[in-house]
Amino acid sequence: MAVKTYLQAIRDAQYEEMARDETVFLMGEDTRCNIFGTSTGLIEAFGDDRVRDTPISEAGMAGVAAGAAMVGMRPIVDFGMSTFLFPAVDQIFSIAAKSHYLYGGQARVPVVLRSNMIYGVGNAAQHSDRPYSMFMTMPGLKIMIPSNAYDMKGLMKTAIRDDNPVLSFEDALIWSSKSAIPEEEYLIPFGVAAVKREGVDCTVVGIGAMVPIAISAADALAKDGISVEVIDPRTVVPLDSDSILKSVAKCGRLVVVDVGHECCGAAAEIAAIVAEHGFWSLRAPIVRVTTPQTHIPFSSALEKGLYPTVDRVVAAVRRTLG
Amino acid sequence: MGSTIQREILIEMYRRMQRIRLFENAAEEMHRKGEIQGSLHTSQGQEAEIVGACAALRADDYMVGNHRSHGHPIAKGAKLPALMAELLGRSTGVCGGKGGSMHLADFSVGSLGETSIVGSGIPVAAGAALGAKMQKSGRVSLCFFGDGASNEGAFHEGLNFAAIWKLPAVFLCENNRFAVTTPAAQTALVANIADRAAAYGMPGVVVDGQDVIAVYEAVAEAVQFARSGGGPTLVEAKTYRFCEHAANMGRAFSYRTDAEIDHWRLRDPIELFRGRAIKDFELSLEELALIDEAVNSEVSAAVAFARASGYPVPSAAFTDIFAP
Repeated sequence: MAVKTYLQAIRDAQYEEMARDETVFLMGEDTRCNIFGTSTGLIEAFGDDRVRDTPISEAGMAGVAAGAAMVGMRPIVDFGMSTFLFPAVDQIFSIAAKSHYLYGGQARVPVVLRSNMIYGVGNAAQHSDRPYSMFMTMPGLKIMIPSNAYDMKGLMKTAIRDDNPVLSFEDALIWSSKSAIPEEEYLIPFGVAAVKREGVDCTVVGIGAMVPIAISAADALAKDGISVEVIDPRTVVPLDSDSILKSVAKCGRLVVVDVGHECCGAAAEIAAIVAEHGFWSLRAPIVRVTTPQTHIPFSSALEKGLYPTVDRVVAAVRRTLG
Repeated sequence: MGSTIQREILIEMYRRMQRIRLFENAAEEMHRKGEIQGSLHTSQGQEAEIVGACAALRADDYMVGNHRSHGHPIAKGAKLPALMAELLGRSTGVCGGKGGSMHLADFSVGSLGETSIVGSGIPVAAGAALGAKMQKSGRVSLCFFGDGASNEGAFHEGLNFAAIWKLPAVFLCENNRFAVTTPAAQTALVANIADRAAAYGMPGVVVDGQDVIAVYEAVAEAVQFARSGGGPTLVEAKTYRFCEHAANMGRAFSYRTDAEIDHWRLRDPIELFRGRAIKDFELSLEELALIDEAVNSEVSAAVAFARASGYPVPSAAFTDIFAP
C-alpha cells in the first residue's frame, strides 16, 4: 500500500481514468502548470490535446464541457475555487443538469466539475464559500464531498465513469491528509455512506472535512463515556438517508456538522429527512453545527470563530444528551 | 443568373422551408385554440437562413439552436410527427413531452437541443465541436442564436473557446432585428454583429438571410473552412420575423410599424425562391406545387399523429432525472 494525500488521490484517479479511457480529458485554468498538484505528470503522459488550459471563462468551461460530453467525451473541468462556479451556474443548471431530462433522455452529460473549498485563511467573502448545498437544490447533479484520500480516489473514479454531471467539492482543510491506498483498483459507489466510527449515544453526520472534526469530537466525548457514531455520507447527492436513519434509530440523537451556510444547507436537508422519517426515534432535538448566515469576513479575528470546531461539535452532542 | 447548386439540393431546401412554414402555421393555430400550451416562438420569415445553413451540413454534423426552435430540427432533417407530438406534450414527442416547443432535440439527426436561456447553447455548440475535433470525426457543429444572444457573456466565451482551439464550428447569428421588442441597433453599436468576429480572430460574414442560396453558399464555405481545420466562422444572416416574438403576444406593441412588416413580407424567403424557380433554378411551378401538396399532407399527418397520441403517464415526471 502506498500512502497518498487527498490531492495526490485526485491526481491518481484522473491519471488512471485517462489511461483507461481516451475520451476522458482535463480542462481548466492553469492545469498544465499544476498549481495545486492535482495534474502532476498528466501533460507528459497524455499530451496537450487531453490536458487543456482554458481562458478565465467559467461559463464557457462548463458549457464547452457539456457539449463535448453530449457527443461522447468525458471531460473533467477544474474550476479552481468553488466560488468560481458562480459565473458558470447557468451552464451548470440550465445545460448540464437539465439536458438529459429536457430532451427525454437523449442527451448524456458525463462531466466532472471539480472545485476546491479554501476557507479559514483570510480570503474574505468572495473566495471562501462552501457552496455545495446550493447545487443540491437542482435535480440532475450528483455531488461528492470526500473526507479523506482513500474515498477521494474511489469516488473520483466513479464520478469520471458516471454518465451524469458530477460536482466534486474538494476541501482544502484536508488537502494534505493521508490515506493508505491499495495498489489494486477500487471504486466507491455513490450514495453509500461510511460509518467512520460506531457508537450508541448520538449520531454525528459530518460532511467533507467535518468528518475528521466529528471523529476528534467523538474521541473527546469517549473520555467521558459518551459513545458517538460518526457517519460520512461521502456524496450528498445521492444521499444515503437510509444509513443515517438507521443510525438515528439506534442512537436516538442527531448532530449534523456542515461547514456550509446554515440556511437551506446540507445539514438542514439531513435534519428535515430525519425529522420527517425518524421522528419517533429521536429522544432530543436535532442540532446543526454549521457556519452562521453571514458572509466570510477577511480579518482572522472575525473569521476564525465562524466554522464548526471540535469544541462546537462536543457541545452540540452534550446538548442532545440533556 | 443560373445556380450551380444541384437540383436535388434546391428542391430539398424548398421542401424544408415549406415544412417549417406549414408546421409553424399549424402549430400557431393549435396554440390559439389552446391545444398547445406554454410559449410558442415561430420563425415565419426566417426559413431561408435556417434551411440554407442546415443544407450546408452533412447528416451527421451537429446542430444546436434556441427558443425559436421548430425550424432548426426540421431543417436538420427531423421527422415532423414526433416534433408536433412534443409541442402537444404527448408521450410520443421527440423528448417524451419533457421539453416542449422551446426545447426540441433529435439526436438521431444531430440536433443536440434547442435551449431557452438566451445564448446558452453557444458554448455547448463549441463543446460539440471540441468533441468532434478530439475524436477526429470530421464533423462540424452549427449553432443558431439571435441578435440578442450576441450580447450575452456566453456568446463571448463560446466564440473565444472555438477560436483559440480552432474548433470546427459555425456560429450563425439570426439577426431578425429585435430582441423581443428591443431593436438590435439600440443594444450594439457595431454595424454588423459579424463585425464582432474580429475580436476573436475569426472570419465574420454578413449574408442576406432571406436568400436561401446566399445563406447556403456562405455557410458551405464556413463549413468547409471548419472541416479542413481552419476553425470557426461567425455568419450573420440579416432576416426578419413576420410574427410577434411569441404566439398570442398580439400587436399591442409600438416597436415596429405595419409598413415595416409589409416591406419585409415582400422579401418572404419562400416567395423569393418561387420567383426565381423557373429562370434561375430550372424548376417548374408545377413541381413546387406538388411539393407544397406533399408537405401539406406531411403536416396534417403529423398533427393527426400528435392528436392521436396519449399523454405521458404521471410517473414519467420522475424519469430521466439521471442517466442510468
